[in-house]
Amino acid sequence: MTARRPDPDALLQQAQAAEAQSRRGRLKIFFGAAPGVGKTFAMLTAGRTLAARGVDVVVGIVETHGRSETESLLLGLEILPRRASEYRGATLNELDVDAAIARKPDVLLVDELAHTNAPGSRHEKRWQDVRTLLEAGINVYSTLNVQHIESLNDVVAQVSGVRVQETVPDSVIEEADEVELVDLPPDALLERLRQGKVYVPEMAQRAIQSFFKKGNLSALRELALRRTAEWVDAQVDVLKREQGATHVWGASERVLVAIGPAPTSATLLRSAKRLSVALRADLIAIYIEAPSDARMSVSDRQRLLDHLRLAESLGAETLTIKAAPGRRVGDEIIDFARQRNVSKILVGKPSPRTPLERLRSSPVDRLIRTSGEIDIFVVRGEGDDNVANSTRLPLLASLQSQAGPAQYLRALAVVAAFHAVAYLFHHPPDLATEAMIALLGIVLAAAWCGRGPSLIAAVVSVAAFNYLFTEPRFTFRMHSLSDTVTVSVMFVVGLLVGSLTATIREQSIAARERERRTGALYAMTRELAAARNHDEILEVAGRHLRDTFRWGVAILLAEGGRLEAASGDPAALTLTEASMGVAKWCLDHTKACGRGTTILPSSGVLCLPLLGGSGKVGVLACDIGTDDPSPTAMRLLETFAQQAALALERAGLIEESEEARIRADAERLRNALLSSVSHDLRTPLAAIAGSASTLREAGAGLGDDTRRELLDSIVDEAERLNRLIANLLFATRLESGAVEPVREWCSIEELIGSALHRVRNRLDGRRVDTRIPDDLPLVRVDAAMIEQLLINLFENAARHTPPATSVGVAAWRADGHLIVGVEDEGPGLAPGEERTIFNRFVRGDRGSLSGSGLGLAICDGIVRAHAGRIWAENRHPRGAIFRFSLPIETQPDVPQPDEESLHGNP
Amino acid sequence: MATHEPLILIVEDELPIRKFLRATLTAHGYRVDEASTAKDALIRAGMQPPAAVILDLGLPDADGLSVLRELRSWTTIPVIVLSARGQEADKVAALDAGADDYLTKPFGVGELTARIRVALRHATASSAAPQSVFAFGDVSIDLAARVVTRGGDDVRLTPTEYNLLAVLVKHAGKVLTHKQLLTEVWGPPHAQDVQYLRVYMQQLRHKLEDDPAQPRWLLTESGVGYRLKDI
Repeated sequence: MTARRPDPDALLQQAQAAEAQSRRGRLKIFFGAAPGVGKTFAMLTAGRTLAARGVDVVVGIVETHGRSETESLLLGLEILPRRASEYRGATLNELDVDAAIARKPDVLLVDELAHTNAPGSRHEKRWQDVRTLLEAGINVYSTLNVQHIESLNDVVAQVSGVRVQETVPDSVIEEADEVELVDLPPDALLERLRQGKVYVPEMAQRAIQSFFKKGNLSALRELALRRTAEWVDAQVDVLKREQGATHVWGASERVLVAIGPAPTSATLLRSAKRLSVALRADLIAIYIEAPSDARMSVSDRQRLLDHLRLAESLGAETLTIKAAPGRRVGDEIIDFARQRNVSKILVGKPSPRTPLERLRSSPVDRLIRTSGEIDIFVVRGEGDDNVANSTRLPLLASLQSQAGPAQYLRALAVVAAFHAVAYLFHHPPDLATEAMIALLGIVLAAAWCGRGPSLIAAVVSVAAFNYLFTEPRFTFRMHSLSDTVTVSVMFVVGLLVGSLTATIREQSIAARERERRTGALYAMTRELAAARNHDEILEVAGRHLRDTFRWGVAILLAEGGRLEAASGDPAALTLTEASMGVAKWCLDHTKACGRGTTILPSSGVLCLPLLGGSGKVGVLACDIGTDDPSPTAMRLLETFAQQAALALERAGLIEESEEARIRADAERLRNALLSSVSHDLRTPLAAIAGSASTLREAGAGLGDDTRRELLDSIVDEAERLNRLIANLLFATRLESGAVEPVREWCSIEELIGSALHRVRNRLDGRRVDTRIPDDLPLVRVDAAMIEQLLINLFENAARHTPPATSVGVAAWRADGHLIVGVEDEGPGLAPGEERTIFNRFVRGDRGSLSGSGLGLAICDGIVRAHAGRIWAENRHPRGAIFRFSLPIETQPDVPQPDEESLHGNP
Repeated sequence: MATHEPLILIVEDELPIRKFLRATLTAHGYRVDEASTAKDALIRAGMQPPAAVILDLGLPDADGLSVLRELRSWTTIPVIVLSARGQEADKVAALDAGADDYLTKPFGVGELTARIRVALRHATASSAAPQSVFAFGDVSIDLAARVVTRGGDDVRLTPTEYNLLAVLVKHAGKVLTHKQLLTEVWGPPHAQDVQYLRVYMQQLRHKLEDDPAQPRWLLTESGVGYRLKDI
């Protein structure tokens, strides 16, 4: 029986046609209830059919297990050579992913989707290989048994009594474009088994016998059928959605599952997955980290990490949240659920409780009480024996996790010391005093050495007390009932106080650790905010990551598809070529990979993608040593990576916008220049051409005065044109930085004089008053430039003032500077014009007749080139004053006039 | 000289400039020869030695400066160079290489004829006896007696001031570069000490000019040198 919707061949053809646009390959899974139903056979048959039709079909990997009927199907099909790898002396053959990608067939046949690859392979699991192949655009046919589906794993174990280790995440099946159920009735399967036609790997003979029972097979068949039906159902829904059908399930449901290190969490996760599939709801897995989790044992930590990975492989959104100090885990769950609009929460049934615990309400009770409109599902946990042991003895676990031998020795030393003191106080004997001193010892041992040592301290202390102080002394016996009571009370009090003290100690350690992490994150975020460019950000991020995690780190920046080691961080980890490959994979797939993850776990580095708001920024590579990082460390690292990525992206955007702004400014100026220049050049040209042609055409008919006027006009306009061009050239050279002042010692009086000489004609007889003291120092300036600056200021004054007014020039020294002021008696500056008037192409609204607005901008440029300053203000009662300053340097050596030999008549 | 009118050689590649120079100079009574390339200029100057040369520094086939050096290797005829504004360094180089004066384009006809007149006068004066008494404004300088008067009163100058003034007077109307003045007054070791000139020129102006800040005679050619205005 096959469950299929459209004709698979048609689908394949569509796929081939659409290959160019949707480059991802299509996955078809031949799905069966148990080994031996004929999945491989069905896959090969389908492959041959396609090959016969001319489709390029290649066998990636197929295990025939010596079955002749399977082997015969391989004849005539191209078989990809396997990749051999040595492992513990044995040669293992695996699918060669790289060769497959290089060969790039239309369809690749890959048997046993749930297979685990040999260590050292590119991926830990074959389904990851397949995913890579699909991403490379290759269509894949593969096979899978129902017991290998992650979310059905424990149900299968329950039904068959055999737990399968190799599982495939549900998301892989959900992503499959086609699932073909290969079905065989249990009786027929058993018959094949009897005939020896079924190869069953990795199972003990007894397990095979218990597995291949008719009851089991029927149950598995039902599971497989149901799973296929669910898949078809989901596909139909997707189709409906795509086609815009009105039927959409109500408000999208969200299922939240709270997980932890307890072994029951795996079952809980799978139940949650089944529930979410049945409800077609999103699944969120959450781990609430309580302060006491800081003392989690290594095995618990490992299990927790496994559960988080399992959650991710089940397609759940996976989060770790730290419980705020003093808040209950249950409250955190409810808060989160409300925040995310979760409709159903799954929690594990609390473990068997002690009579003492029964007095308090359990977290689940509290959760149910406070959950309000949210449904709470309490699911039975199911654990195997060895795991249950560790949960039943939490005390032992924490003993191992926390304290080393040194701690125990320290605790014993404390006990010994306090008993010595108590011994000194034993004259006269007073058991109450000694008991108090001994108790103090236990408390201090708990505070300094932790939970385990405090327990040992309590036991040893009581024994020593009994030995040293109770009658008969130096025995472990006791005569009086009151002594017995004292010792017993002391033991109980010691245990309780020790335990409480140890709890407080652990909480404070956890708080400190959390404080340290938050502080580290805050410190980095703050410094990142202050960093202005890529290099600074890389240096800050690298330093903080190293300080916080004590790992070697390197930040690689993505430069158009390629990765480049960033230069900003001098202490960056140098990556090997293999590590760079891992980083590249991380960038291409935007997924964490490398050591500590399930992808390329045997590589030397852990790589996290740096994702900004709008795409990939780069990769963070960490040399994390040999231990897998704790989930908390992973989450913190991810947060760091995210902050760094956002900062890098921000820096990139700032640089881009800055460049864009400069480009826009330059563009605006160029446009202004063009319009200004074309206007200012054409006006005098038109006057010259007009006057000259008039003289040529009507020369004789014109009166002498008219001829004279026209000729004057030609000369004046030509001069104007000359000044304009000179200014333009000067401005351009100043702008391009091509003008380096040629400095020499100059007298400002002399420069003012030569400037006045050159603009004399332009001043039209305006009176010029100069106020220049004799004793002004020399200035080291470019004479031609300063002369030009003065000429521009004089021309500006002439242009903006009525003819009969006067122009004043003054120079004086102030604050190590020489100040020169040019005053006029014109209308003055408009408010706000004092600064803008030095910008290019700004003309004062002072009845301007000509000028490109360049003159004062050039003044500004010249003064700047001389490390001076120029500014303008209005005079009282009228007029404007333009001042500029030039720095006065140490005066040069000049021979003093030899007064005694004054030259008169010789 | 074959005729009375002095011959002026115009070395300039732009035809409109040559046209207007020829018109002006002919109108002022000079004869004109023209060359548009460096090579042509040297040939013409050799074949028919002119009284003065007007030399454009930007020529199509060679640097104007090389033409000047070539001319100076065999003749002392006055050379007036033409250059654009902003090329002060070129002007100084040409003047130090032996050019007599310069004109900045665009220039007026008045300026041009004044320069030619001064150049021709110095060319003929150098062969004749040097003029002993020179006057400008209300100032008179007797080079033979080393006496300077202003409005009839003696002006007391230091020896250095007098030497500086004397050099300017000898080349009246001509521009003198900083280097030329410094070498002549203070000696070659001080050829770069332009601050000496600044200080002494200022002192001279204060003693000889009505308004030292707006001098009428002791003129500054910014970035090039000084010129004592010819009467």
